Amino acid sequence: MKKLLILGAGTAGTMMANHLNKKLNKNEWSITIIDQDEKHYYQPGFLFIPFEIYSEKDVIKEKRRFLPPGVEFIQSPIQIIEAEKNQVKLNDGKIIPYDILIIATGCRIVPSEIEGLDEGWRKNIFDFYTFDGSVALRNKLKEWKGGRLVVHLAEMPIKCPVAPLEFLFLSDWFFAKKGIRKDVDITYVTPLGSAFTKPRASAVLGNLFVTKNIHIVPNFNVSHVEADQNKLVSLDGKEVEYDLLVTIPTNMGDEMIERSGLGDELNFVPTDKHTLQSKNYENIFVIGDATDIPASKAGSVAHFEAEILTENIISFINNKPLEAKFDGHANCYIESGYNKAFLIDFNYDVEPVEGTFPLAGIGPFSLLKETRINHLGKMAFKFIYWNMLLKGIPIPTVPPHMKTSGKKL
Amino acid sequence: MAEKLIAGYTVDVNEEGYLTNPDQWNKEIAAEIAQELGLGELTERHWKVIEFLQNDFKANGKLPTIRRVNKVGGISTKELYELFPDGPLVKAAKVAGLSKPASCV
Repeated sequence: MKKLLILGAGTAGTMMANHLNKKLNKNEWSITIIDQDEKHYYQPGFLFIPFEIYSEKDVIKEKRRFLPPGVEFIQSPIQIIEAEKNQVKLNDGKIIPYDILIIATGCRIVPSEIEGLDEGWRKNIFDFYTFDGSVALRNKLKEWKGGRLVVHLAEMPIKCPVAPLEFLFLSDWFFAKKGIRKDVDITYVTPLGSAFTKPRASAVLGNLFVTKNIHIVPNFNVSHVEADQNKLVSLDGKEVEYDLLVTIPTNMGDEMIERSGLGDELNFVPTDKHTLQSKNYENIFVIGDATDIPASKAGSVAHFEAEILTENIISFINNKPLEAKFDGHANCYIESGYNKAFLIDFNYDVEPVEGTFPLAGIGPFSLLKETRINHLGKMAFKFIYWNMLLKGIPIPTVPPHMKTSGKKL
Repeated sequence: MAEKLIAGYTVDVNEEGYLTNPDQWNKEIAAEIAQELGLGELTERHWKVIEFLQNDFKANGKLPTIRRVNKVGGISTKELYELFPDGPLVKAAKVAGLSKPASCV
């Protein structure tokens, strides 16, 4: 009996377990998935928790519910991948050998990468990229009376690059609803040259910050935080003061990747951007936020990758060339407040442009346009995530490769 | 897509003057872009950064981060700021004929 081992039972790992469970010959292959947590989090929902649009129950379910019977689930921290020996060692010393390994260990925020953050952490410095962080921020916002709100992006890449923008827009709306918008100064601090960096998106969305009265400090590469002074300081000595800092700290791959010597300087695993095969070991594949590929770290990307990777793993098992090619496809809603949202659909080669989605000329969703139906799409996505996406059920009319029809290229 | 005459060469550029076809890049073009950005004469230290960015881009299909320039390229962040003041990656990428650091939208 050969063994396919999946590390991580988050969005990508769970989808792979479901896809492969349907495709692999059970007389020849067993599937095992390892994760230290028993809870599965709907991560896009974290954005809504600080603004009390979602609560805890919207975003947490048991991981096991989404894993098919027949797939073995081991709940344990992973000590190390011993790639040369084709085995993984768990924290309790147990050895799990594999024939094929899929790394789906994701990424996480690492506040300790920025000096000074820890001192103000959860006092007047918060994040919304973790479940605990979003809940703590909700509690803070309940009592916050206003002042300087600074939303800060430390460095790229991050999980879901549009989330900071969504947070800004939702903040504007949240404080307006509370009647204290005039008492809140909202500033976005980013290491990038502007909030929207792709030319077509910049042209369409560029004035959003002006109309929503959100200030921006671009080209700000953070050096450290002076928490006692409520101040962000950049590498070239620029300073930004805050009363409430919402930060997106450095994102890194799992520490286990570093221990295993399989990662780059941020613990992301070097991966072929088209086949999703590890660049260093041919029987290791990598998916989702754990890879170093130049695609967005987002659930939609993992979803499209999963369909491609499933084909490639079947090819690999049958000693055939890996012909399925991932094109970098991503598809993301951007909440903009007031029950409206934008939608973007893009890949490695095509930047977000205007058009209709998923059906050319019909929609019902509009690309790079702020509409109510886009917002309804985002809200409906939670149901699709729990009931279709995780279980590996294809979403009709949304194939893994990006369609160019319906786009103004 | 626009064309621009840089150092006597006609090259394809985007709205912000970044080269869109890496094959059209050469050292003379780099030197003129550097002048436009107010970086002055390119030194050996500048070239070290430019070459690292180009090689890393070729290997990984994406622009390295400041952290990566430091850790893998061996060029300290302090030096990077000295060579390319006020937005070092933005400027160095432009001189190297690569796309600017970007998000997805």
